[in-house]
Amino acid sequence: MMSLIIGLGVILVLVILYMIFRVANLVTIAKGEKNDRTDSSNSLNAALFIVFMVVSLGVFFWYSFEYFEDYTLPIASIHGAWTDTLFWITMAVTVIAFSIISIVMFVFIYQYRYKPERRAKFYPDNHYLELAWTIIPAIVLAVLIFTGLRAWNDITAPASEEAEVIEIIGQQFAWVTRYPGVKDNTLGGHNYKLIDAVNEFGLDLRDKNTFDDFKSLELHIPKGKEVLLKIRAKDVLHSVFLPHFRVKMDAVPGMTTQFKFVATKTTQEMRDELGNQNFNYELACTEICGRGHFSMRMPVVVDEPEAYEAWKKGQEAWLKQNPDYLKQVPEALREAAMIKSGMQKDPGAGVAEVKN
Amino acid sequence: MATTDIHIHHDVHHHDDHGHDEHHHEGNFWTTYVFSQDHKVIAKQFLITGIFWALFGGILSVIFRLQLGFPEANLAWLKPVLGQWITPENKLDPEFYLALVTMHGTIMVFFVLTAGLSGTFSNFLIPLQIGARDMASGFLNMLSYWFFFLSSVVMLTSFFLETGPAAGGWTVYPPLSALPQAIKGSGTGMTMWLVAMALFIVSSLLGGINYITTVINMRTNGMSFTRLPLTIWAFFFTAIIGVLSFPVLFAAALLLIFDRSFGTSFYLSDIFIGGEALPHTGGSPILFQHLFWFLGHPEVYIVLLPALGISSEIIATNSRKPIFGYKAMIGSMLFIAILSFIVWAHHMFVTGMNPFLGSIFMLLTLIIAVPSAVKIFNYVTTLWKGNIRFTPGMLFSIGLVSFFLTGGITGIFLGNSAIDIQLHDTYFVVAHFHLVMGSASFFGMLAGIYHWFPKMFGRMMNDKLGYIHFWLTFVGVYLVFFPMHYIGIAGFPRRYYTWTNFETFSGFADLNMLVSVAAIVTLSAQFIFLFNFFYSMFRGRVASANPWNSTTLEWTTPRNPGHGNWPGEIPSVYRWPYDYSKPGAKDDFIPQTIPYSETPESNLPHENELIKLESSNGHGAIIVEGKH
Repeated sequence: MMSLIIGLGVILVLVILYMIFRVANLVTIAKGEKNDRTDSSNSLNAALFIVFMVVSLGVFFWYSFEYFEDYTLPIASIHGAWTDTLFWITMAVTVIAFSIISIVMFVFIYQYRYKPERRAKFYPDNHYLELAWTIIPAIVLAVLIFTGLRAWNDITAPASEEAEVIEIIGQQFAWVTRYPGVKDNTLGGHNYKLIDAVNEFGLDLRDKNTFDDFKSLELHIPKGKEVLLKIRAKDVLHSVFLPHFRVKMDAVPGMTTQFKFVATKTTQEMRDELGNQNFNYELACTEICGRGHFSMRMPVVVDEPEAYEAWKKGQEAWLKQNPDYLKQVPEALREAAMIKSGMQKDPGAGVAEVKN
Repeated sequence: MATTDIHIHHDVHHHDDHGHDEHHHEGNFWTTYVFSQDHKVIAKQFLITGIFWALFGGILSVIFRLQLGFPEANLAWLKPVLGQWITPENKLDPEFYLALVTMHGTIMVFFVLTAGLSGTFSNFLIPLQIGARDMASGFLNMLSYWFFFLSSVVMLTSFFLETGPAAGGWTVYPPLSALPQAIKGSGTGMTMWLVAMALFIVSSLLGGINYITTVINMRTNGMSFTRLPLTIWAFFFTAIIGVLSFPVLFAAALLLIFDRSFGTSFYLSDIFIGGEALPHTGGSPILFQHLFWFLGHPEVYIVLLPALGISSEIIATNSRKPIFGYKAMIGSMLFIAILSFIVWAHHMFVTGMNPFLGSIFMLLTLIIAVPSAVKIFNYVTTLWKGNIRFTPGMLFSIGLVSFFLTGGITGIFLGNSAIDIQLHDTYFVVAHFHLVMGSASFFGMLAGIYHWFPKMFGRMMNDKLGYIHFWLTFVGVYLVFFPMHYIGIAGFPRRYYTWTNFETFSGFADLNMLVSVAAIVTLSAQFIFLFNFFYSMFRGRVASANPWNSTTLEWTTPRNPGHGNWPGEIPSVYRWPYDYSKPGAKDDFIPQTIPYSETPESNLPHENELIKLESSNGHGAIIVEGKH
């Protein structure tokens, strides 16, 4: 139905326009030979530019202020506050420049519309003027560049030693995370050739660091602690996008990329702030990856640090969930693997220590 | 120069024999209209093909806008055309959605705004505005069109494949574009995309080499580089950029072909897909991105510079003023052309490239804003104290400047790598490049068609229809792309079939609907243009030889210039192309062919001295040329 209405509307518009064309043509012919220079439509076009300018700038400012809450996302990371500040500074500078140039241009267009008695001013150049508007934008841009560079260098600097390392892997069409496990706090090795339907990380079980690694289909992050995302892709390019944390980094097959950030608000705090108890942080894919690109969502939860630690302790190691893979663990390490993955009670901390 | 002169004289005699009836060429229909070597016919071939592709690409965009604006709509009525691409639920197939987005981008960037714009106007205007009989090589020029035609046929054919056309985005990033397992479009569709692009690159190189050679070698007497209209400068720089950057795309495509078909690992590494681990190791997808954007970014300027050149010419003519800062305009174009080669990685800030490289490219990228700003200021100053006639060409040129400003300014956000983290691959980017490069260049193309239509077809287009076309398109384009800024700031990722899976992106159904309606109206408005274009070609008002009272050489040819352009001798040039409203002159324009000796009343002091170098037969101008 909708498409039918659209189709009819288009046809109607075309018919009307054709009628206007015919009528206008006949009127022109009736009026006699057309003046080659201009006619009344010249002033009409000039006036329309002024109307356009006033209406469009009006709507632009009205919408931008009226719906500010709708198109801005709350910020939940330290560097996000910084980049957003840069964004709004740039916005202020550019909107001022944009408005001035637009107004000046459209006013000139109207003011200097064709008048038979006037002659245009022969004004081929003015070096001072040109120098001025080369140097001023250059200075403004230089300031923006250097503030941006400081932020960029800081954001991309190496993460601290204590950062919480979380691996996130993109595949068609889902995300999966791997946590290093509470016992060794180190991600174990992997190899893409070991990937199969169950071992989706390609865990190399000869590496004892893999034993306590656990998988999660939700991304849990502690508040106030630096998090280092280690990003991998299994098949094609994907991109990790955490809109509220101002985090984005591609997932590239064959190389690990990374992004570090500090979350500043837990999920609950954000819910209270927004007055929306159903709010959830989300992770989206922003690099075209195939049919299901638009559906690569992962829920994100920011916990208080204590709650986060508790959540981690409560997770079962991947190896415990998939005991069949014990046979890939070298004979000598099997017992340690069983203890570390939690399949077997730890006979004593001291003993485990020695075995490790 | 001497050889050119001999050639010219030869041509003059040749044309004196046939001079009186330019419509009667020797040769039949095939050599006149199809396999023609006349630059004007080739230009029209590029134009018509470009218009076809523009319409095609526009329709593709409206189809995917239907999905985005009206996600609940029943699209069963498209089934007769799209067949299996409409799902049993009467929705657009998500994979075909990606194919639409991909092909829309490819077609618009390469086939419309590169071939349709440069191909048309470089071919048409270079010989006419520099005073040459034809291109340096008419044969290569003809080949250039036919390679483009072949490329078009291959690209169009890929729509009829069962697996559909390429669907990995117009940037065809591997591994998605390399693996048929990853998406259906990466099967035969992608192969045809690569073949079509290879042919396209051949066409583009043949054209570019011709443009450069012609501009350097075939200028008429007195047409020194500093007397070239800005259009020619723009086409010249564009051709140089194209010749230097397209081969890199060719290399990128070639390596991708190897990866796809011959088992190499240039771009592929550590891939597990479809239940198996592929043997590729050691390749890097980032390498492809570097190679692609090494063309891809200059490509932006290949698209934009001709439009800027065209609008410079039209704005000066219709403001009845010299373009402000002629040399600054050339300088900024030169600067843009050089910088365009060293900013490519700003497309890759968050793709895993070394962040240090990111900071370098951020620095270089924001520098390019300076010459762009200079151009805008110069346009505005050209309007100042002008006597502006709003011809349709002028309206579209003003529209171009407006888009260039609006879209250019958001480039300052995206060029800043820290801000780009959030905005990368969101609708903010879509808004940015559609305004600054898509719409601005498209308006340049339309402006050029309206302005030079009288020279192309000897008739005028209807200007009232031109006004309606302009206002609908101008407002329409803003309604399509301006709201996308808000959608982008809200984080909406591009190339999404629907956003309903995300709470974060659940809003803006209203804006998306507005955008889609505006897109439909804007596309519909183009039919007014099409009607005007074809109607005026046969039934438009007969044009006078110089309908816009312009100074440049093309308006000294007969109403319908024949093969060879000027029936007699090629006119000599004595002055720069922007002597509009010169104080003391009796009319408000002085064509380039009027010697200073004939205009003592308006000459500036240094111009009076040039009179000595002129002689009545025009050959003295060679001496001027020799001194350069």
